[in-house]
Amino acid sequence: MRAETVLVRTPEGIEFALPLAGPLSRMLAFAVDFAAIAAAGVLVARLLAPLQLLSADAAQSIITVLYFAISMLYGILTEWFWRGQTVGKRLLGLRVVEASGLRLKPSQIIVRNLLRLVDLLPGLYLVGGVCCVLSYRRQRLGDIAAGTIVIRTPQLKEPDVDQVLGRKFNSLDEQRHLAARLRQKVPARVAHLALEAILRRDEIQPAARLILFREFGEYLKNVVSYPAEIVEQLTDEQYVRNTVAVLFQHNSPASPGNKKRTLSLRSDG
Amino acid sequence: MILDLPRFVEAERPHWMALEKTLTWLETNPGGKLTIEEAARFHELYQRAGDDLTRVASFAAEGELQRYLAWLVSRAYAEIHEARHHTPFRPWRWFTVEFPNTFRCHVRAFQLAALLTLLGAVFGGGAIHYDPDAKAVLMPFDNLRITPAERVAIERAQEGKQLTGRKGSFSAQLMTHNTQVALTALALGMSFGFGTVILLFYNGLLLGAVALDYITGGQTIFLLGWLLPHGVIEIPAILIGGQAGLVIAHALLGWDDRSSRAERLRHVSRDVVTLAGGVAILLVWAGLVEAFVSQYHEPVVPYGLKIAFGLIEALLLTTFLARSGLSREARDAR
Repeated sequence: MRAETVLVRTPEGIEFALPLAGPLSRMLAFAVDFAAIAAAGVLVARLLAPLQLLSADAAQSIITVLYFAISMLYGILTEWFWRGQTVGKRLLGLRVVEASGLRLKPSQIIVRNLLRLVDLLPGLYLVGGVCCVLSYRRQRLGDIAAGTIVIRTPQLKEPDVDQVLGRKFNSLDEQRHLAARLRQKVPARVAHLALEAILRRDEIQPAARLILFREFGEYLKNVVSYPAEIVEQLTDEQYVRNTVAVLFQHNSPASPGNKKRTLSLRSDG
Repeated sequence: MILDLPRFVEAERPHWMALEKTLTWLETNPGGKLTIEEAARFHELYQRAGDDLTRVASFAAEGELQRYLAWLVSRAYAEIHEARHHTPFRPWRWFTVEFPNTFRCHVRAFQLAALLTLLGAVFGGGAIHYDPDAKAVLMPFDNLRITPAERVAIERAQEGKQLTGRKGSFSAQLMTHNTQVALTALALGMSFGFGTVILLFYNGLLLGAVALDYITGGQTIFLLGWLLPHGVIEIPAILIGGQAGLVIAHALLGWDDRSSRAERLRHVSRDVVTLAGGVAILLVWAGLVEAFVSQYHEPVVPYGLKIAFGLIEALLLTTFLARSGLSREARDAR
């Protein structure tokens, strides 16, 4: 049984989960790093080419030592200066951290990179790959020795909840008793799934999006039935959007959005 | 109860943005330091984000906002709670005090590595003695396949010119190859020491086979003159690599130690790094000596001089590993 996340509980009592990187993404990151090392080797050889005119032996010896140094120090230096990231890990959104979620110590970085020599055996990263697949926290031998894990760090942006803030007119808000019933009957988990579907609508294929919102709409209409004249003009997605706004926005007079609507209701009345 | 999410986000957004800005600055400026006021504000923002995360996690299922806050909090936690003392790296002190001290601290692992190599040497020598045909299998190197007398005659005739124009690259190849062997002996410690033991035994086997071949061939002086200048540094360096591998293996096995495997490995990680660094430095020296001294034989360089050079190196290395940093260590202990 492999863990998907590592739970960290801070001294302040905050608990958060670090999502572990899978073997495939780590393999791709390694392929990028391998290419980066090879490119650096070619660059060194090109830069030192003029030295061959003076002494081919000196140039060759410098190239040999530099290439070895680059291949050994690449991971150590990049993970040190970029806080647990190499070029490949940056591109793939991965980061090495201590198993407790803290920053890496230099000795941890060096140990995990030195032990790559055994993870690479007998070739094609076989030992490291198998160990990564089998270990509970997806660690290769170098990670186990250094007490490190590789996590996913997608560059998350603050979710755009403005789209469900209810700035626009929401016909479902007028039916206060139905809104109250909706909040009472819709489970929190379903409400958040619906919210997530709205927040991530642009990531979903149009055809799949139609099906998703149709199913959400049908489910919500079964829970609480609004009068037909209110909902007949709404698309499934708009219906789900309005429902989510009702679910997440309490009718508190302190809320500026609600204040606006309260005033408009008064003027209507 | 479901959280009033829009209000919550509206109220907290500026604090999240401020925390993210500070984190980005810290992550892109590794040596960057916050003022007392900035640090206090950073800590306050971290605690606030942590509180927000707890609220969102309590009232919501897995969601985008929760992931965003967990991401912010985990980054801030790593910055704030990373309070372990980092001693500045001083190369000279490290090499003259920390490296020999670490070596002495794990001297039993070194002795075991030496014993394994010696066993391999005895086995290799015995194999050549009782089955001379095994030479081709035991020594798969072109310059060792011919008889010792033939090789000595060839190299004496060349007067050290066989490497003319490629001494530097030969030296570089030796350094990188030997460093790779020593570091592999270290890394194989993660196989509970099996790989390290096999590698050390195999190295000893080669050494024993070559030594006996030259001794029985009547070329003992040539052998000493050829091997001692670089071998007295190279062989101990590979043994130190093996020593580091056995230290890792011991931490994995955890004999007489009730702490967790992770704690045991963490405890030895700095020592392993120190030994690896020392090995690399020794092998750079050995590589230079092998290319620029060992390949010259009589009449260019007298064997006596080469042997004396090797013995002086051996004496210096032994003194260094046994005594260097002792007074500093005693002073630090006081």
